[in-house]
Amino acid sequence: MRIDVNAFLGAYPYRRVPGTAPERLMQALERVQIDEAWVSHLPSLFWRQPMEGNAWLYDTVARERRLRPVPAVHPGLAGWAPTLGEAVDHGAPAVRCDPAHYGLDPAGPEVRVLAAACSAAKLPLMMAVRLEDARQRHPNDRAAELPAAAVRALIRSDDAVRLLITHADRAFIEEVHFGSTPDEAARIWWDISWIWGPPEDHLAMLVETVGVERFVFGTGQPLRIPENAVAKLDLLDLGAQRRAAIESENARAGLLQ
Amino acid sequence: MLIDIHAHFYHDRTPRADWRERNTSRLSAGDKIGVTHHVASILGTWGLTSPIYFPSPRDVTYGNDALLALQRQHPDRVRGYVTVNPNYTTHARAEIERCLGAGMVGIKLAASRRATDPLLDPLCELARARGVPVLQHVWQHRRRDWPGQEASDGAELAALAARHPDVRFILAHIGGGGDWQHSLAALRTVANVYVDLSGSGVDGGMLEACLESVGVERLLWGTDLTMETGWAKLRYLAHLLSPAQLELVKWKNAARIFPPGAFPAD
Repeated sequence: MRIDVNAFLGAYPYRRVPGTAPERLMQALERVQIDEAWVSHLPSLFWRQPMEGNAWLYDTVARERRLRPVPAVHPGLAGWAPTLGEAVDHGAPAVRCDPAHYGLDPAGPEVRVLAAACSAAKLPLMMAVRLEDARQRHPNDRAAELPAAAVRALIRSDDAVRLLITHADRAFIEEVHFGSTPDEAARIWWDISWIWGPPEDHLAMLVETVGVERFVFGTGQPLRIPENAVAKLDLLDLGAQRRAAIESENARAGLLQ
Repeated sequence: MLIDIHAHFYHDRTPRADWRERNTSRLSAGDKIGVTHHVASILGTWGLTSPIYFPSPRDVTYGNDALLALQRQHPDRVRGYVTVNPNYTTHARAEIERCLGAGMVGIKLAASRRATDPLLDPLCELARARGVPVLQHVWQHRRRDWPGQEASDGAELAALAARHPDVRFILAHIGGGGDWQHSLAALRTVANVYVDLSGSGVDGGMLEACLESVGVERLLWGTDLTMETGWAKLRYLAHLLSPAQLELVKWKNAARIFPPGAFPAD
């Protein structure tokens, strides 16, 4: 069983990306042997009203049993709260918020309120550190990356909120993990999409230092080719049980409550 | 065969206490991936006693010696690029002669001097005379100067390649950050520049754009600092290319541009 917690549907505004249509994503899942993908609507990440993409997302994933929706929530816009109830009704494994793209302080009052609401709704809150390498971003793509300090602040802001952080690298993960109490750190899951493999062996080190239970399989496809996440697991000397933990069991046990 | 045309190793005079582990990890991961040959460079002392991209002559020599030792230790699978700093022309030329004579197979130009600079010309002339390729470190669309390096971009490498049409150049790590579309646009008609697919970037659409811009016969497989991304690109290419085309990227293109005898099966 392999669950990709970090996939997108829809066009990217800053360059041509193949494979953004639902049928192409399904082909990619087949190619890389991914059984289930948690998908976000990519275009609405850049919209003033990102929640307007959720209806399309729900409609689309309803036709594909391997897809689960990760709707967007903009806590700075009036009327956002019912979005969480809709997410639960549609079987969403998480909701996402990209505060820098929305023009919000990533640990400001709006996002803290959202974190508390997600906690109450028992929905993990997904946030991306970045979508692309900072060195290659389009000149007009200027939203700041998610700072590690914001993740530390948010996990402290509510004692039951669960965070799913995608596209984080080793330094980011270490800063947050060891800058949090064990209880706080145990409520954060990291996708492996941006963590380096050999010869630097960042993922191998993090599995030992931070713990295998903190990591989930994520690709960032189609912005990134999904083969990468599989290849880095294939290069890790993990037993079957620990590999299964990353590929699906941590997501199922920790995030799908 | 699978030739990694962009590898690095470390040695005892670098800032890294884990240099042995990193070298071992590269070879071990290479075994899993199926890498038959690591074509590597060492950039001086990686910053210990001179900057990574501006290595002193003494550090250049030490790094090249360490790589020659690795080549002797693993004659079946390690090949070397001789690293030079073009600001020290006499030393650079002597180092190229020394290291090619000792069995290295290419020249590594990092970022000590812009690719458009005339100081690179005598080194490229040596590359032509000795029939070895030049691997040029490239920042994919350098919009400004970056600290620590005098980086070149694809357009600047294209200018160097135009001045030396008989030299084969390798544009380093198309996936190494920066605007790879800028580089590909610059290289489209520059037949003596090959694209090294290495780098941590695994952007959707990048490999299709490489194929569309320069064609399969100018693509070279490599890893640089992230071997999983190299393996991922190889797996993805297997779905884009015919088996014969994939062989070109895996090793045949490399075997064509490195000196005869650099690899056993060419």
